[in-house]
Amino acid sequence: METLIQQLINGLVIGSVYALIALGYTMVYGILGLINFAHGDVLMVGALTALQTMLFLMGVAPGLSPIYMLTIALMVAIPVCMTLGFLMERLAYRRLRNAPRLAPLITAIGMSFLLQTVAMIIWGRNYHTFPQLISTTPLEPIAGVFITPVQVVIIIASAAIMIGLSLLVTRSKIGRAMRATAENHRVASLMGVDTNAVIAFTFVVGAALAAIAGVMFASNYGIAHYGMGFMPGLKAFTAAVLGGIGNLGGAMLGGIVLGLVESFGAGYIEHLSFGFLNSSYQDIFAFIILGLVLIFKPTGLLGERVSDRA
Amino acid sequence: MNELVSAVPWLGKRNPMAARWLIIIIALVAPLIAWQFGRSWVRILDFALLYMMLALGLNLVVGFAGLLDLGYIAFYAVGAYAFAFLASPHFDVHMPFWIVLPLAAGFAALAGIMLGFPVLRLRGDYLAIVTLGFGEIVRIFLLNLNYPINITNGPQGINMIDPINLFGWDLSRNLQITENFSINSLFLYYYFFLLCVAGSILFVQRLQISRIGRAWAAMRDDELAAKAIGINTRNMKLLAFSLGATFGGVAGALFGAFQGFVSPESFSLMESIAVLTMVVFGGMGNIAGAIVGAFVLALLPEILRDVAVPMQQTLFGTVILDPEVLRMLLLSLAMILMMLLRPSGLIPARARYAHAENMKREGAQ
Amino acid sequence: MITLLEARNIGKRFGGLHALTEVSLTIHKGEVYGLIGPNGAGKTTFFNVLTGSYTPDGGEFVFNGSELPSGKPHKIVGRGIARTFQNIRLFRDLTALENVMAGHHIRTKAGVWGVLTQNRFTREEERLTTQRANELLDYVGIGHFAEVVSKNLSYGDQRRLEIARALATEPQLLALDEPAAGMNATETGQLKLLIEQIRRDGITVMLIEHDVKLVMGLCDRVAVLDFGKKIAEDIPTVVQKDEAVIAAYLGGGKHAD
Repeated sequence: METLIQQLINGLVIGSVYALIALGYTMVYGILGLINFAHGDVLMVGALTALQTMLFLMGVAPGLSPIYMLTIALMVAIPVCMTLGFLMERLAYRRLRNAPRLAPLITAIGMSFLLQTVAMIIWGRNYHTFPQLISTTPLEPIAGVFITPVQVVIIIASAAIMIGLSLLVTRSKIGRAMRATAENHRVASLMGVDTNAVIAFTFVVGAALAAIAGVMFASNYGIAHYGMGFMPGLKAFTAAVLGGIGNLGGAMLGGIVLGLVESFGAGYIEHLSFGFLNSSYQDIFAFIILGLVLIFKPTGLLGERVSDRA
Repeated sequence: MNELVSAVPWLGKRNPMAARWLIIIIALVAPLIAWQFGRSWVRILDFALLYMMLALGLNLVVGFAGLLDLGYIAFYAVGAYAFAFLASPHFDVHMPFWIVLPLAAGFAALAGIMLGFPVLRLRGDYLAIVTLGFGEIVRIFLLNLNYPINITNGPQGINMIDPINLFGWDLSRNLQITENFSINSLFLYYYFFLLCVAGSILFVQRLQISRIGRAWAAMRDDELAAKAIGINTRNMKLLAFSLGATFGGVAGALFGAFQGFVSPESFSLMESIAVLTMVVFGGMGNIAGAIVGAFVLALLPEILRDVAVPMQQTLFGTVILDPEVLRMLLLSLAMILMMLLRPSGLIPARARYAHAENMKREGAQ
Repeated sequence: MITLLEARNIGKRFGGLHALTEVSLTIHKGEVYGLIGPNGAGKTTFFNVLTGSYTPDGGEFVFNGSELPSGKPHKIVGRGIARTFQNIRLFRDLTALENVMAGHHIRTKAGVWGVLTQNRFTREEERLTTQRANELLDYVGIGHFAEVVSKNLSYGDQRRLEIARALATEPQLLALDEPAAGMNATETGQLKLLIEQIRRDGITVMLIEHDVKLVMGLCDRVAVLDFGKKIAEDIPTVVQKDEAVIAAYLGGGKHAD
């Protein structure tokens, strides 16, 4: 029972991070019908930028309290990622809006590897220890279940961000423009929506979420390196598809569900496979789920926002 | 071959016969020239030929049939491991080359169908991600299937794989012609691989100009319309996957035998992407593109390794960009810039799907 | 008169929308049969159900005396029904000739082995396919464009090419979805001649068309769909005077009350 609840909590934590990343995928897909393959790598840039900032701060102001340090690191990482998101859209994806259907995706794949390579040049190949400014020592166990402060922060912060984003999309003027553009570019622009600006905005918001997710991810595991964004990126994409791509609520739900499946899967895989497989196979769950969803219910749990882009 | 001929700058259009001979001569003397720069360059050419086979196979799936496969390297892995299982001390099985090769190809084709079936209904971009997942799953299994039963030997990989042996002729030994003249094994492999590539080109070319090639092109251009003229798109997709996989399997088997060693490291996503870049760089859907793309992108990183690394040493006193980083940089930039600036590739030849001879005959009537 | 196609109580729903309700009609061998009706009446849906793009929710098609499989486009083409699309769907990157050759796919058999070995059967089949495709291009009047990539053809020629491609499947029934859409008077006139020629060559034609003049001048019989129901079926002159039809075209008088 205790392990069950423990895995539930672990799943929720990682699931919240997936959800944040998945939102970026789903927003871009909803509007452009593009799988922004490089989205996971924006997360990596966010984490490594934050790391760099922290190291700098530790050098110049060693006495700074961890909360300030983390805040400043985020304040640097978020704009860096936003700029990156903006530039990717402006310099690459925008030129490919009417290109043959495989071109944008191939470009996105190239972009992903370019970001990783550049990060490798800047930060090297090694795994860096990510300063765990929020404690990772478990709190007093409640009924035998351990939870760390950083996990609490991740869950609360993700929930707050998701609520904020939902409000942005449903209540604000730019949110309305986003939904209109997702519905139909041409009509939206005829109605006076500056679709280019809306698309750029979507990329920028997605990148900001990825930056935050990157810092969370690195804080939770205590490491950061150039390839750290790839797997969470793919998993978040799976989460987005699982929830129904293009659907914000779906991305959140999908993220949580995937986090839970992974967490329980890793715990029970050895049982389920009669000892043949072990937890090193954890990463295949996402792919299997992705395959199954796409084959049996391609619209996802909450239904895809149908975009007819062939 | 015709596409390759017309891709030769200047000469290709004016004098196809001369261009054809030029290609043949270059292909034949290339290793002799490479040898002058050191034996490692012949080895690099050998690998370039393997990449050509891979690019031809992937081009068949991506370029001809329009199915973006990001897990293609998995078939290379299946071929290589199949060869390793059946011809190495690992299980102490040593089957002859001519039996192992078709088996490896067959296993890869089977893997292609296994991947093909579930993903038949997927749209282009979803297909890409799912195939990527497939590639990763294969790699994860190769990495971990050393427990509880040791099948793949895990991250260490499998060693001492039997070399290619053509009816008693062992390609891994230098061929002794006279007492003080012998042909290096690397040359033997080169010419054998060259033969394989030539065979592959012929095969792919014949497929392209056939009812199968046209059905793939139709499906790629408009799947609904292809169905409406009676093309069984399900079968055609499966055929593309399995034939593409066969190429990967054969190349993988040759790779395993040539290198004598396989490990999961050789089959990372980066390799799938590298082969895809070769296809995209050369020009999707045309054979010459796949060949040239593979040749350029297999050689360029090695040239950079030889040039850029010493150059950095002298300029900065240290190596800032190591060869692996340079390779990734090159591949990712090639992919992005090609899509943005020249989406039809380096050699934007339009592929033909009908015989020129047949058409001339009609024209004469 | 021999019956070629019989649609029996075909129904198709999209969510709550009844796109087709119990549509029954009969097409005789050798005639030109028109399917008309206001926009959104279900004409194209009928084509899609007939040719297997959609699976009907009810009813069946009997073609040449036996039931058609539903939802299997390639089998239906194999049985001898070919179609064109309202918004031309050619294989953009293939030449006109290659488009038509692709259309012959279902009537050819060469497999991987044959292609690989280029055996006599494959070579002969390929030669015949090329020959037939060239003939068909001449037949629809664009033989001189055989080598032109189809996306570069003019609109009218693209329409012709689509017909040639459909004919390459060797159909007994050719279903044309608004073949005259976007054509000028001269082109429409040529199209009419082409359709008449196709009929003379023994192929039954079913067409959806908005150009009333073309329909009246070309069709032996006409069925009218409105809101997914067949409201009339007769020779053009009779249909033209049918009150329900006039009401439907004038803006749904029947439904207003």
